[in-house]
Amino acid sequence: MADRTVSAFRMSAISVNFGGIAALDDVSLEVAPNQVLGVIGPNGAGKTTLFNVACGFIQPDAGALTWRDRELRRLKPHQLAGLGIGRTLQGLGLFDRMTVLENVVVGADRHARAGFFAGMLGLRRSAREEHDLRERAMALLDELGAATYAGQLPPSLPYPVRKRVALARALVSEPDLLLLDEPAAGLSGDDMAELGELIKGLSQRMSVMLVEHHMDLVMSVCDHIVVLDFGKNIASGPPAQVKEDPAVLAAYLGDEVEHDRPATTRS
Amino acid sequence: MTTFAQRLWSSTLARHLLLAGLGLVAVALVLESTSAFRNGQFAVMAYMGIAAGGLTVLTGLNGQLSLGHGAFMAIGAYTTALLLSDRDGAPPLLVALLVATVVTLVIGAGVGVAAARLHGPYIAGATLALAIAVPGIARYFQDTLGGEQGLTVVVPDIPGWFADTAYFITANDVSTSKYVAYVGWISLIVTYVLLANLSRSRVGRTWRAVRDNDVAAEIAGINLGRARVLAFVVSTACAGLAGAVLALAVRLAAPSGFMLTLSLALLSAVVLGGLGSLTGALIGAALLTFLPQVVTGVGLDAGLSDLQAAELAPLVYGLTTILVVILAPAGIVGTARIAWRRRRS
Repeated sequence: MADRTVSAFRMSAISVNFGGIAALDDVSLEVAPNQVLGVIGPNGAGKTTLFNVACGFIQPDAGALTWRDRELRRLKPHQLAGLGIGRTLQGLGLFDRMTVLENVVVGADRHARAGFFAGMLGLRRSAREEHDLRERAMALLDELGAATYAGQLPPSLPYPVRKRVALARALVSEPDLLLLDEPAAGLSGDDMAELGELIKGLSQRMSVMLVEHHMDLVMSVCDHIVVLDFGKNIASGPPAQVKEDPAVLAAYLGDEVEHDRPATTRS
Repeated sequence: MTTFAQRLWSSTLARHLLLAGLGLVAVALVLESTSAFRNGQFAVMAYMGIAAGGLTVLTGLNGQLSLGHGAFMAIGAYTTALLLSDRDGAPPLLVALLVATVVTLVIGAGVGVAAARLHGPYIAGATLALAIAVPGIARYFQDTLGGEQGLTVVVPDIPGWFADTAYFITANDVSTSKYVAYVGWISLIVTYVLLANLSRSRVGRTWRAVRDNDVAAEIAGINLGRARVLAFVVSTACAGLAGAVLALAVRLAAPSGFMLTLSLALLSAVVLGGLGSLTGALIGAALLTFLPQVVTGVGLDAGLSDLQAAELAPLVYGLTTILVVILAPAGIVGTARIAWRRRRS
């Protein structure tokens, strides 16, 4: 697509307050086409809040969100899917009483056209579309190595498999921007290496924004990194540069200083 | 040969139509070989089945609990009674059934829009209020809705073509109660085919996704409010049609017929049969209709007095519900499905 080269996802000067506490303070970032952007930071830095703003679940108090020069702030979360923004949740959020295949087909809903009456009357075009969506979902499960589980229910599957199903559900919509919330959480070393390869491969087809606190993964797959601490953007740049940034080191290693401080102030 | 049969079976619509055809034959066989009294009971089963089918879609597929479906049946029944009140000027029965369905659907849409903003127990509370309020409204409008006595329903004359066709096929004349039973069961079969199609379509998938995880469904691009209202509307349309059939079967639309117990009985039928399953809804409706009769009969045979035998029925129904909830929480059809899945894997 031609416009993919000129447009990107942009969050400008985002601020979010929760009852007077600034969860995000003037944070800006930009995901370039086919770029993998990582958002890192210690616990409580505001990563999840940032992700929720990007997903449309939290309306920022100030700032703008644009995707391909289109303002997203007034849109509802479900409308983002139609614009080509795919998301995965930290808690996976699989549909537990639907088969793996059905889970993935739900992800493809933005490509479905059949309406209520076509479905109710069982019209041929509805049936044909269902068939096509299933094939599409099956192809993606196959690509992610989860095709053998297609007929099973998610609760019966091991965690890494469920993780793949959740990813397949986001990818089957063929997004142009994929937002991943802590994709490495709960994965073993091998699984994580595989995930890293997968994300690198995805960047050929789409832009990726990754919110993650697993440093190794972020450093190995991201083209660009944004570091948050206490809701502020304290550093950004390519991985090698961010790794050496004194502010980042202080934020991550500063834990020890944090522990020392109360002891002295308490006395 | 087998490949053609297999291909036919793999088409959702063809499969549902085939089952509907078989169902119609079974209905005709049963209604022709049973007494007028039993025909009346089958008419009751038909309207309970239609309402339960709608409720199982709402509760089982979309996860919304309604304690007020009896109220929507009342709307359908009163609409039918008013439409048919003038024997000469009444519209054809099919039109009356459709109008009753549409009127209920429109009111259901209004309630559904409100309910979509509520969650879990709050929807149950709101619909519960409806179940209690609607009979009250019927009592209040004494002149148009007949107050406590309600409206008697004039069952239209059996159309000549229907009587002739039935006679040609079955060599029996059609009584009014048999006619009503046919109307009820044809309505049920049409409703179930449409609901089964919906359940297997994009719409049904959307409903299940919203039921299982609304945040994830929203992320996939599903408009939660729209999906919930749609489920509510479909479900109330079924209740409206069920109410219309009820009006014909009972020949009366009165507040006492639509008390809270009706809504609760529907819900228990759906839970007993297995949430989300149309077969389950039908089994639940059958239990609801026939279990009390059977139990009362057994009680009388065992030497109980009329009163004691009549009191036995709710007791057995209650115990059955408790047993099913404890031993087979997925309901009759749900449990059978789990067992089948386990055996296969």
